Amino acid sequence: MPFHLPLAELELGQHLYWRIGNLNLHGQVFLSSWIVIGVLLAFVVLGTRRMERDPRGAQNLLEFLWDYIRDLTRDQIGEKAYRDWIPFIGTLFLFIFVSNWGGALIPWKLVHLPSGELGAPTADSNTTIALALLVSLAYFYAGLSRKGLRFFEYYVDPIPMMVPFKLIEDFTRPLSLSMRLFGNIVADELVVAVLVFLVPLIVPLPVMFLGLFTSAIQALIFATLAAYYIGEAVHEYHH
Amino acid sequence: MDSIVTAASVVSAGLAVGLGAIGSGIGQGTAAQGAVEGIARQPEAEGKIRGTLLLSLAFMESLTIYGLVVALVLLFANPFAG
Repeated sequence: MPFHLPLAELELGQHLYWRIGNLNLHGQVFLSSWIVIGVLLAFVVLGTRRMERDPRGAQNLLEFLWDYIRDLTRDQIGEKAYRDWIPFIGTLFLFIFVSNWGGALIPWKLVHLPSGELGAPTADSNTTIALALLVSLAYFYAGLSRKGLRFFEYYVDPIPMMVPFKLIEDFTRPLSLSMRLFGNIVADELVVAVLVFLVPLIVPLPVMFLGLFTSAIQALIFATLAAYYIGEAVHEYHH
Repeated sequence: MDSIVTAASVVSAGLAVGLGAIGSGIGQGTAAQGAVEGIARQPEAEGKIRGTLLLSLAFMESLTIYGLVVALVLLFANPFAG
């Protein structure tokens, strides 16, 4: 490239490694997710510090978000069990949403690392796989804690012949959840990087907006699917 | 890297995205058609239809994205690049 803009470059597979014992950690993912978590915490603490009867500013936005997440969770999990899962689904949604938008909007290139570069934490497959496995654990826990062993009647729901398919589904769910999020975010970053490489000015802008749009939708989809899986696990069958 | 492995990886990376895009392209077209027909018949349901359409479009798109993940693995993390 003839000159360097503060944008992401085509760098896949280069990481800032932190060694802890025998483990190689991707340091840039930790740094950027700590920034995301810090932003979220600061926003929530500021928004709830002086609560008023007529919400203004940050409190207003937080209440809107809470309503939104509550409606999403109630639609998917159902009236009876949704209250326990609002924090989990809300955390997933906000973390993924702020990571995706942070990766696109914050000029990470201004921060120089010894190797690799900062970016959206969700553009690393380790983050998304961890989130997807959390969702798996969550729906098993939801089903087992609410229905006990009757949770397993989900596997034989219409007819017992469904058992192998439902078992396979338990493995494909985290796989598709994690790869969908990871692929979409990496694809957005790559398309922007390729376009910036070809035409550095103005032309990448529409694609950047499309990227913002799809990353918001991906956060919504991840949260919706997590809530849907939990809702399926706690669903009561009436024979 | 072996040159034949390089060539095969590049070609199949292209095919993974290209062939994967066919299916989800057809699917997204059908879904958009249904949504437009629904809105034309019942314009007051536009908001609900739009939400459902966006969600299902993203599901279809993720199928192509799986192809893209395979292509990225072939290009940047090739397990056969001895």
